[in-house]
Amino acid sequence: MELTRTEILPGVWLSHLRTDKFKTACLSLTLLTQLKRDTAAMNALIPYVLRRGTTRSPDMEALSARLEDLYGTAIEPVVRRIGEIQGIGFYASIPEEDYLPGGKGVLQKAAALMGELLLSPATRGGLLLPQYVDSEKEKMLETIRSRINDKRGYALFRCVEEMCCCEDFAVGRLGGEEECEAIHYQKLSKHYKSLLQSCPIEIFYCGRAAEKQLIAYLRDALMTLPRGEIDYEIGTDVRMNALEEQPRTVEESMDVSQGKLVMGFRLGESMEEPDPAALLVFNACFGGGTTSKLFANVRERLQLCYYAGSLVDTHKGLLLVSSGIEFDKFEAVRDEVLAQLAAMARGEITDEELESAKMGVASDLRAMMDSQGELEGFYLSQVLDGLEYGPLELAELVSEVTREQVAAVAANAECDMIYFLKGDGASDEEEDDAED
Amino acid sequence: MRKTEYPNIGETLYTDTLPNGLRLCVVPKKGFRSFFAAFAVDYGGDCRSFTLDGQPWHTPAGVAHYLEHKMFDMPDGDNALNLLNANGADPNAFTGNDMTCYYFQCTERFEENLRLLLHFVSTPYFTEETVQKEQGIITQEILMGEDDPGNRIFYNLLEQLYAHHPLRERIAGTVESIREITPEVLHSCYRAFYTPANMCLCVEGDVDQEQVSRIAREILGSERASVPQPDFGEPEDGLLPAEAMRREAMAVSAPQFLIGAKFESEKEGEALLRQRLVSQLALRLLVGASSPFYTRLYAEGLLNRDFDYESDFISGTASLFIGGESEEPEKVFEALQQEAARVAAEGFPAERFERAKRASLGARLRGLEDFGNVCISLASGVFENYGSLDAIAMLDQVTKSECEAFVRDVFSPGRLAISIIEPKKD
Repeated sequence: MELTRTEILPGVWLSHLRTDKFKTACLSLTLLTQLKRDTAAMNALIPYVLRRGTTRSPDMEALSARLEDLYGTAIEPVVRRIGEIQGIGFYASIPEEDYLPGGKGVLQKAAALMGELLLSPATRGGLLLPQYVDSEKEKMLETIRSRINDKRGYALFRCVEEMCCCEDFAVGRLGGEEECEAIHYQKLSKHYKSLLQSCPIEIFYCGRAAEKQLIAYLRDALMTLPRGEIDYEIGTDVRMNALEEQPRTVEESMDVSQGKLVMGFRLGESMEEPDPAALLVFNACFGGGTTSKLFANVRERLQLCYYAGSLVDTHKGLLLVSSGIEFDKFEAVRDEVLAQLAAMARGEITDEELESAKMGVASDLRAMMDSQGELEGFYLSQVLDGLEYGPLELAELVSEVTREQVAAVAANAECDMIYFLKGDGASDEEEDDAED
Repeated sequence: MRKTEYPNIGETLYTDTLPNGLRLCVVPKKGFRSFFAAFAVDYGGDCRSFTLDGQPWHTPAGVAHYLEHKMFDMPDGDNALNLLNANGADPNAFTGNDMTCYYFQCTERFEENLRLLLHFVSTPYFTEETVQKEQGIITQEILMGEDDPGNRIFYNLLEQLYAHHPLRERIAGTVESIREITPEVLHSCYRAFYTPANMCLCVEGDVDQEQVSRIAREILGSERASVPQPDFGEPEDGLLPAEAMRREAMAVSAPQFLIGAKFESEKEGEALLRQRLVSQLALRLLVGASSPFYTRLYAEGLLNRDFDYESDFISGTASLFIGGESEEPEKVFEALQQEAARVAAEGFPAERFERAKRASLGARLRGLEDFGNVCISLASGVFENYGSLDAIAMLDQVTKSECEAFVRDVFSPGRLAISIIEPKKD
């Protein structure tokens, strides 16, 4: 599998990965724009409104029928946040023609439909249909409000929101609730047109079609794309240090039977010239899996929680530790997490811990070669970081990471926010019963 | 080993039954770096009462799941998760209603990892201390499940549909029931169910099927033991739900609903596979993304993208589930009943039926990309006596009238139940 990159139209780049391995092909199209509080919600809403209908297939019933006809080709809206860059667009999964009786032309038709969704939405008087805008807006508001349903994800979101309160990163990939409520179809139509003109566009394909063939399909599909000056000035602002000298603490109460503790750290100097391999190995060692420090100590040895793990945002330079705990274990878990990080900073990492972390990270990277969805995400992130190597090359770099490099990441991490979601008293009695 | 070619999907399957009774499925995949192995036991949360060699057993709720947790402990103080992790594998396990499955994915040292997997699942080691230690962890897991609206709504609906089948109970048991679990209980259930004749091993990746077979023979021996008969209690009294509607309040942002019905399950084999395909295709036609029902309710704002449907065949039962989020779940329920009545009278348009079949073919091809999904489906098929890779060829034979008959039967008046989780008012 060799990746080729070609600018097929002004500011429209195709990353093409040819392979016969899979039974479905993947085709994604992403508009890249700066994540900002005042536009994030509008950006996020656009692919969902576009997915409601085109001039040729003006409603969902007609669109869904066309997709079913293309052997269940799926074209779904995608909104993501990579650092402080917001990516909006579509992700298509298209069955390979070799397995379809009479399935000739499925890829070409799917590419054409994706172009149609992007460029020829159902409109009236040149504006996006107000009923589609309003209905998708209501659904997005529900999605934003429904964060609370998943307590683990909610606690992570709230920690980042509080920690990055002075940064655009805090708004999240879907933008803010208030900004979403304020969306009006006329303004959204104007915004949509300006995005088409100015956003760099990344297209990713992985499947059996030859590059030349695919470029021909895509040029046809995007023929009417209006292009103006392309805005390549997008990027992520990395804050190196904690906001205050001591970590801030935020507690929130809710009717839950298990508490959720999330601790947010800045990666500090590790972000000056970020080394993705070292950051990945550090995370695996600290809180990545069952051989990590957090799992082995906070969960297994001290039995303080049901789960404890960490994740690293290599674009924004954040480390987040997330744990599900009994309410009265808050201080104990917090202190143990800090103690484990301090131990790593002192280089207290056994050979087994280091080797197992490296092997796990390298194995995940190699396994990525077997998953189109993961390859798509990986290469988009690489493009934004200006990096050219693939997962296998990164796996090689991972195997060279040293204990000193991992310890340095731990030493540079600075705790900025401690967020605790606890019970509101209603279920405390149950909790006591459970401990008898 | 027996070789079966599937030219329509470009796969080859090797199967065998070893002298010890273990069923083996291997799908070799050239050009892939990942390996996946699933070692599954025909035993889950529902198998609480069973008969072995003429002797009846009754065990507390949650034993199968507790056993899954404790299987990872090794006699030398090691933990199998750590051993596999340290060897570069990504191991895990799950306990379902009628299956317990231990599995790993890796990209290197596959044979060593396979040996580790087979070895730890065939090495029971439970002491008072280690069993006691697990209680806190599982208690937390149970409590966490209670905070999850999806979990609550699902069990509420099962309680509504089934008057006494064991699938009503949480697979993990309750905070009380797990206190009754001792090393002796674990040992008894282990001896009863964890015998090769009651298990199966499914592997996908760039492997040599004969080598997989050799490793399994070497580690699991050749002794064949008898297999227990699970007892799921008295048959349910008819097909009407025990309770048609239930509401509960939780900390959620918008009302969640889950609609369901039970129906007569085919026992096993091709008949069961066909029933799975018919029910799934019928649901796609009735409530799927291109259905008049879904597109109309979506446009009216009664449904959003958080909407899904499935049919499920567990421990001799068959159920369907249709669920999502809506400000007015009662209206969705009513609209569904009306639409089902209309389809029962008018049938599905022939053109839509053919389209849905094509879409279903594409969706099943997509499912084949996931090694874990392939291996676990193979294991389910082995326990139910059908070949899961036959599904795509069989799909082509499913008829419109079968799908219509399914709707007429399962959606007939009184058969549906609805469970609702409402936002808690402050």
